[in-house]
Amino acid sequence: MREVAIVAAGMTPFGELWEMSLRRLFAEAALEAITMAGVDHLDAIYVGNMSGGCFVGQEHLGPLMADQIGMAGVPSTRVESACASGGIALRTAFFEVASGASDLVLASGVEKMNDGADATNVLATAADQELEVYHGITFPGLYAMIARAHMEAYGTTEEDLSWVSVKNHRHGALNPKAQFPLEFTLEQVMNSTPVAEPLRLLHCSPVSDGAAAVLLCPLDQAKKYTDQPIKILGTGQATSAMALADRKDPTFLDSVQLSAERAYTMAGVGPDDIDVAEVHDCFAISEICCIEALGLVERSQAARAAASGLTALGGRIPVNTSGGLKAKGHPVGATGIAQIIEIYEQLRGESGRRQVQGARLGLAQNMGGSGASSVVHILERI
Amino acid sequence: MPSPRYWREVPSRLRLEAARCSGCGKVNYPPRPICPGCRGKESEPVTLSKTATIITSTVIHIAPDDFLFEAPYAIAIVETPEGARFMAQVVECDPSSVGPGMDVSLEFRLIRKEARSGILCYGFKAVPTASWEAQS
Amino acid sequence: MAGIIGYGAFIPRKRITAEEIARQWGKDPETIRKGLLLEEKSVPGIDEDTITISVEAGADAITRAGIDPSKIGALYIGSESHPYAVKPSGTIVIDALGIGPEVHVADFEFACKAGSEAMFVSLGLVESGRVEYAMGIGADTSQGAPDDALEFSASAGGAAFIFGKENLLVDVLETYSFTSDTPDFWRREGEFYPRHGGRFTGEPAYFKHVLSATRAILDKTGLKPSDFRFAVFHMPNGKFPQQAGKKLGFTQEQMETGWIVPTMGNTYSGSSPTGLAAILDVAEPDDLILMTSFGSGAGSDSFVFKATELLPGRQPLGRTVRSMLDGPKHYVTYGQYAKLRDKIIVNE
Repeated sequence: MREVAIVAAGMTPFGELWEMSLRRLFAEAALEAITMAGVDHLDAIYVGNMSGGCFVGQEHLGPLMADQIGMAGVPSTRVESACASGGIALRTAFFEVASGASDLVLASGVEKMNDGADATNVLATAADQELEVYHGITFPGLYAMIARAHMEAYGTTEEDLSWVSVKNHRHGALNPKAQFPLEFTLEQVMNSTPVAEPLRLLHCSPVSDGAAAVLLCPLDQAKKYTDQPIKILGTGQATSAMALADRKDPTFLDSVQLSAERAYTMAGVGPDDIDVAEVHDCFAISEICCIEALGLVERSQAARAAASGLTALGGRIPVNTSGGLKAKGHPVGATGIAQIIEIYEQLRGESGRRQVQGARLGLAQNMGGSGASSVVHILERI
Repeated sequence: MPSPRYWREVPSRLRLEAARCSGCGKVNYPPRPICPGCRGKESEPVTLSKTATIITSTVIHIAPDDFLFEAPYAIAIVETPEGARFMAQVVECDPSSVGPGMDVSLEFRLIRKEARSGILCYGFKAVPTASWEAQS
Repeated sequence: MAGIIGYGAFIPRKRITAEEIARQWGKDPETIRKGLLLEEKSVPGIDEDTITISVEAGADAITRAGIDPSKIGALYIGSESHPYAVKPSGTIVIDALGIGPEVHVADFEFACKAGSEAMFVSLGLVESGRVEYAMGIGADTSQGAPDDALEFSASAGGAAFIFGKENLLVDVLETYSFTSDTPDFWRREGEFYPRHGGRFTGEPAYFKHVLSATRAILDKTGLKPSDFRFAVFHMPNGKFPQQAGKKLGFTQEQMETGWIVPTMGNTYSGSSPTGLAAILDVAEPDDLILMTSFGSGAGSDSFVFKATELLPGRQPLGRTVRSMLDGPKHYVTYGQYAKLRDKIIVNE
């Protein structure tokens, strides 16, 4: 396999972007990346998108999006893996370049969630319709069950959960593209409206519109497009039982551990080597479970990691410097690519006030459903 | 919910029909063509008991459209004595009293209905056994 | 001879008091309590209907009968509140109970008499030898219009009875039906609430049919009221069955056990069948039991039952009516009641 690099990135702000349609969001992010690299052609496009069909009634995003950026004719494929669609679109693009089949591939993600659809119902399509959704469960509900099991097993508290939100909003306040670039106090988080006990509104990522795109090419051609390419050192993907009830331990995200092991092995590094990480904090509990499963933090320290500053900017392993899904926003199909862009910028030293000094190795972990899909990428500054 | 899709699941939803894997003994509910535990293809039918224990739970405050009138409601992953785990609402109690370790009985209930004219979808919900025992 | 080989009942746990309903409409609760002898009534949960009540009652009936449910050859549900206008309740109930597919199923409607009708037809099919076992169910989530007298009584619950020829818990000694066209109470297709003729529901309707049927069955059997240990009459309110019983010569003591209306309300098709189940919960071998139903429109079915020595051993195998009536209850406000009973208009 050839070595692969990211040479350009583009991203819309995340938020309630009333004036932007699904196609317009994509075009803005894609064209930014294409312009940055100064390319006039693409060999392939991958569009990560969870549910254009349910959110805005639009499927067949491959040709639609290629056409929108003047690239009709280029092979263009929509990739769906619920909230992990973006991360898996990147992985697919990576293999296409690594295999030698293509030299210039756009990996993107887009979601338009604020166009009238009931986001609760649409997001629930990522759970098991027959075994879970039938009975009235919601996505926050599934993660709330994980949270309650975690509390029961490890003594994790509502305060621990709330610190994750406080920390990520502190990070997000430094990110101009974040949907909610503002800080919240612990009290505000702990007193916010209950959504699915023990999760409250400020433990949950928001409903967002947004798009993100990165351009991939073989590492040995990267200097044509940028002075500072970022190498994709490892990729790993895994699945788990779809229904939460079918997992042996509801507190443990085994797909996250498995996908991480595969990425670490491919990259030839371990969790201790990681300088900065973006993990899938769709809910406060998921960040706690993910940093455990990724091996970034010992299981016994995971719940208190945000409170203790371990995962905050300046801590031993800063997690979600972008503000995470919580503060930056979570346009589900775009999230996986947006995480990659945060790491890409961190490794290039472009993160401004949220820069992790000297970051060389970064990890991005993107998850679908209640953890049925997970994809991990490890990026390296070269 | 389209009626064929509801109808197809009747044996497991209405009668709690499951399958015990002949290879590893795992009880799969609903039955599957291949055991996720050991990939065995042989199994014997087993009907789940109408008692269970809560593994984990939540109280839904922001509910999907079809459940708006029921919120806030408790919903849990429960485990039957046969070892089958599945999702069920927990009713006839204060939702905030529901939590891991609680013993429940399963009662036949209307699970969801589609607006005023769609089909009615039935199945089982859990009722805390404590209140059940007090009755019998 | 044929008779009952298994029975079960189910009453939802939610209740609303007569006082709470009276307060809503500015009525005097004492008038209801003393006039109609109603204290409170059962209220179905948002997830309870004739079908779920039938399944729960039917499951206990199968347990008490100790039979293989697939041998039940007929199942009839009498109700005024079948959840579907078109599509049987019974098909869902047989599938949930493991009955069929070799089974004859029908949903019955005859106002409050539909339950005893289901029992009557079940008994007939078993006696004729057409089927080995048959289940007759009376169950309802009764409707009563807001601010109507019916709102104080219309309640939820029901009972199921399996008939067979062997291992009888209760022998059916005699039946009698009395029917005429008497429009005392009705609900037109597509209408949400029933209407009624006020005091016309009394003498020419309830009393005429209940008294005629009961007197006829006493004549037919040569029994007198004092021969019975228990009697239950359809219970549209607390007062009517008491008055009917007294006119026929039954004592308060004979009627007390089956007279569950003060705290359950009128469970329409489930009313006298659930009263009968309450009696079977405590009856002893050789006890004679009289049941007379009433359905507006109008008609009455009378049954004379005799408990066998098998009954006491089966009583503890299922939930008793009394335990469900007196057991944990959840009282609802009128606002909650209005929500549960679909009386609030919402956007779809």
